[in-house]
Amino acid sequence: MIAESHLIQNTSGSDRADAVIETTGLTRYFGTRKAVDGLTMSVPRGSVFAFLGRNGSGKTTTIRMLLGLTEPTRGTSRILGQDSRQLTPETRARVGYMSESHSLYNWWTVRECGEYQSRFYPRWNNQIFKAITDHFHLNPKTKAGDLSRGERAGLSLAITLAPEPELLILDDPALGLDPVARRSLLESMIYVTRGADRTIFFSSHLLEDVERVADYIAILDRSVLRACCSIETFRSSVRQFVLTYDAATPPSLPALKGLLHARRSMGELRLTIASPAESTLQVLRELGAATTEEVPVSFTDAMIGYLGDRGEQSFFLEDTTRLEMSRSTR
Amino acid sequence: MPITISIHTGSNVSIYRQIVEQICAAVFSGRIRDDEPLPSVRSLAEELLINPNTVLRAYGELAREGIIESRPGRGMFTSKRRQIYSKAERTKRIDRSVTTLVTEALTLGFTAKEIVDQVALKTRELDPQLKGRS
Repeated sequence: MIAESHLIQNTSGSDRADAVIETTGLTRYFGTRKAVDGLTMSVPRGSVFAFLGRNGSGKTTTIRMLLGLTEPTRGTSRILGQDSRQLTPETRARVGYMSESHSLYNWWTVRECGEYQSRFYPRWNNQIFKAITDHFHLNPKTKAGDLSRGERAGLSLAITLAPEPELLILDDPALGLDPVARRSLLESMIYVTRGADRTIFFSSHLLEDVERVADYIAILDRSVLRACCSIETFRSSVRQFVLTYDAATPPSLPALKGLLHARRSMGELRLTIASPAESTLQVLRELGAATTEEVPVSFTDAMIGYLGDRGEQSFFLEDTTRLEMSRSTR
Repeated sequence: MPITISIHTGSNVSIYRQIVEQICAAVFSGRIRDDEPLPSVRSLAEELLINPNTVLRAYGELAREGIIESRPGRGMFTSKRRQIYSKAERTKRIDRSVTTLVTEALTLGFTAKEIVDQVALKTRELDPQLKGRS
């Protein structure tokens, strides 16, 4: 990042600015079940940050703790510099939150929902509300209760975006959307990035959408944070090697640090490895293969390899440069 | 002529790299000329439905490679490429590419003649000035 040209710095200097979300050892139990375990991460201002993980990995619980809706068992979280448990109404007004469920007043029309919400926000921008409801082809006179799933998401998004929040927190906004509504959602998210210091923190399962819009990703796996880095760092850290053998059965594998996935087939061994060290690559070279070739991995395959059931879970991916940066700003 | 870029998600190639490669290909094949304006970062991002920072990074790399240049207040343009590098730098760069190419070709078992033929073929295909003459 440091070596990037003048061009990059001109327009995205906000990268180096402060964090809008910061958690330290954030932990939550429900009874004896650990929902979130020692989560420490920070979200840079101005970024589009995707929060990933399988169902039940603790994403919604984390989001609720960020907003002060669920108490942490241990640890702290701060949003816009304020402790999540003591958010003032002023700070809340600067945060837009869209929950999975799109809770709306079903007996009100689209227009009435907007008018009601607008009273709570000094910065309510009705042009944005109208632009997004139009974008989702909502009739202002339709009752919220009569909207389809995608239309509800559109109305919910319009209500969330109209106050022009500095920090947008979207809990699985694409859930249940058809392709057209999904596209509208992406367009709306990219529209938000017109404001240079707007941050979007969103959870999603749609990896192709994440690949399009996210700068950074964090991955929760069974309540533990397993990666927190730029999408590029993630892509370049998960690597795949194909080893071919003259004999039909490839030899058995020694322990390989960071091994995510190993697939054997006729005369071939395909290994997916997270940030292999030089020593690991040396082990690969000594496996007696006829040829050893590194093949590129798609973002989706890298994610699935990373979250699959096989492989070890003891490693952690992060951006070293970003960490240094955030340390120096403290 | 406006440039057409198409993005494929789920590909082995990152979106950022896809943009770099497609603009390079368009410039080298002559589909966009020297000194042509490129879409702004914002408009390309909105058209392709991708993060503007990705476009910015791609443009940044293309600018470092001397393929495009930023003109203050007017946006990005394709460079007049010919004068960018010194003779020594150009020699160094082509030597590096040729080494990679020949090493790989030899590993794959091609003969010297086949390699030369392939290079000639590709040159005819990519050089706009040779187009139509052969």
